[in-house]
Amino acid sequence: MSDLNLAKQEPVFNTNKKMTFVILSFLAFLILLPLIGPSKFLLHLMIMIFMHAVISQSWNIIGGFSGQISLGHGAFFGIGAYVSSFLYVEFGLTPWIGIIFGIIICAIIAILIGIPMLRLSGHYFAIATLLIGISFQIIFQRWELVGAASGLWVPLTSEDSIYAMQFHGSKVPYYYLFLIFFVIIFFIAWIINRSKLGYRLRAVRDDAQAAQSLGIDIAKYKIIAFAISAMMMAPMGSLFAQYILIIDPDRMFNFEISIIALLITVLGGIGYVWGPLIGTIILIPLAEYARIFFGGTGGAVDLMVYGIVLMIICIFRPSGIISFLPSNILHRKKMR
Amino acid sequence: MTAQIILQAVITGLLMGLIYALIASGLSLIFGLMEIVNFAHGEHLMLAMFTSFWLWALLGLDPIVSIPITILVLAFCGVVTHYFLIRYILKAKMLVQICATFGLAIFIRSFAQFLWTPDFRNISKPMLEGRIEISGIFIGQPQFTASIVCLLAFIGLYWFVTKTETGLALQATSQDRQAAEILGVPSNRMFALGWGIGLGCVAIAGSMMSSYFYIFPDVGINFSLFAFVAVALGGFGSILGCLYAGIIIGLVESLGGLLIDPSYKLLYVFAIYLLVVIFKPQGIFGRY
Repeated sequence: MSDLNLAKQEPVFNTNKKMTFVILSFLAFLILLPLIGPSKFLLHLMIMIFMHAVISQSWNIIGGFSGQISLGHGAFFGIGAYVSSFLYVEFGLTPWIGIIFGIIICAIIAILIGIPMLRLSGHYFAIATLLIGISFQIIFQRWELVGAASGLWVPLTSEDSIYAMQFHGSKVPYYYLFLIFFVIIFFIAWIINRSKLGYRLRAVRDDAQAAQSLGIDIAKYKIIAFAISAMMMAPMGSLFAQYILIIDPDRMFNFEISIIALLITVLGGIGYVWGPLIGTIILIPLAEYARIFFGGTGGAVDLMVYGIVLMIICIFRPSGIISFLPSNILHRKKMR
Repeated sequence: MTAQIILQAVITGLLMGLIYALIASGLSLIFGLMEIVNFAHGEHLMLAMFTSFWLWALLGLDPIVSIPITILVLAFCGVVTHYFLIRYILKAKMLVQICATFGLAIFIRSFAQFLWTPDFRNISKPMLEGRIEISGIFIGQPQFTASIVCLLAFIGLYWFVTKTETGLALQATSQDRQAAEILGVPSNRMFALGWGIGLGCVAIAGSMMSSYFYIFPDVGINFSLFAFVAVALGGFGSILGCLYAGIIIGLVESLGGLLIDPSYKLLYVFAIYLLVVIFKPQGIFGRY
């Protein structure tokens, strides 16, 4: 039987039972974690892990699956944050709906940017995204409507409010918020990976000409990937804005967000669904502890570590940490 | 808005453009040789500026006097970069190459921040100071000298690449690595040489600028962005193209700032990049 028929027979939701068990118990652990009364720092750490896992998964969709290196992905994070906060500050619209608007606007912007830009490839695309990321920061720093350089001031509610998505007493509600988005977005990425879309994206990445000769519209699939990736980035921006409640262009369009999304993915394993998660679990605790340890002295120590890690990974293990796992876990077995 | 103001902007842009051209030609040389974009180019520029700053602060050498030392330091830096990082990623995927030089950029920038704090520094009382007035148009003396030196360095580089034997070997390597090796050109050493020369160009630009620019760890970012734009505009790998492209960028920056809004200077330059790469991806001028 041909490979194509084999692939057709295989259902999308077919995973082996062991893996399903591991994933479900991991999930149950995450859901029950706040019940054992963890410290505020642990909750913060977990929230950061969820956020960065999603950010890097978003980067993985465009960078890993479709092979287009974006160096300005932080722009979508910032736009997501600004849209939901702006709607709340100006119109009193609840961030719950603001998040959805953020996603929609990011998708529109991604498509508008993507149509001209995704015709570029390689270095040209990487440099163009770098420029676009910085352009957004410049625009938001000078745009009076959204508070220019001082940013938006979110009015604080006196008590915890679900409508305003502000919880001052405890981090647990934020924990669950981030957890929900983390699970949903990783599930979406997992489905994309196994769907026709995922196969087409990888075909475009591995050999654009061959893919085109098989009838895959390269530009269309790149734009789809870019839009999906932007849509995953947007809610993280909105949630992060709700989490720290300070929205200014330097923080929300920080170049570091673009760097870290790329770094985590490359570290964990680019092009694998679980790569970003592995990268996050290793890097974020390291970075948070480094920040505590060196806090206040240099400031840039964590970035220095990122740079070194990135170079070392590129020299010694370009396929990421996930490639240390045995191949029978990484790749699905052929059905015989 | 008189003709004089416009002329002033044109001259300012032209002077800046020559500096951009030299910075970009270093980037272009490296790309032409091994098809690797040095994302740490601006950071190397920052290193050059800091080198001349420290030579001034510790030894009392004026940036102009210390140019040879700065060139040697940066050329050494380039050779080290090649042997410790680039050599391993020559055959890797483009993604890996981008990530590696990008990682180098992050590392150098944050290391500078760690060592020297993000403070702004400047060299007080450099040898070149003041400005010349020619019928109402002001030209800063350090800026003027910097541009002239950059132009001379550029001409020197062009002469070296097109006329000398080593330069021709460099060109041969960039055109066909294997054929050049068969003819006895050691490509690895050529790459190291390319990095040395590329960063040497940056060193000249950096030390000339250090006498009138603020020096801080993030100073290189804008310059490297402009260098990317210039290289794309001139055609990746074309050195002569960099000269035209650098001047165009300098003019767009200063005229756009004058005629529209100075706070969006960067955006005009970025717009040019997007227009060029979308409509004429091979750049306005050809390769070499």
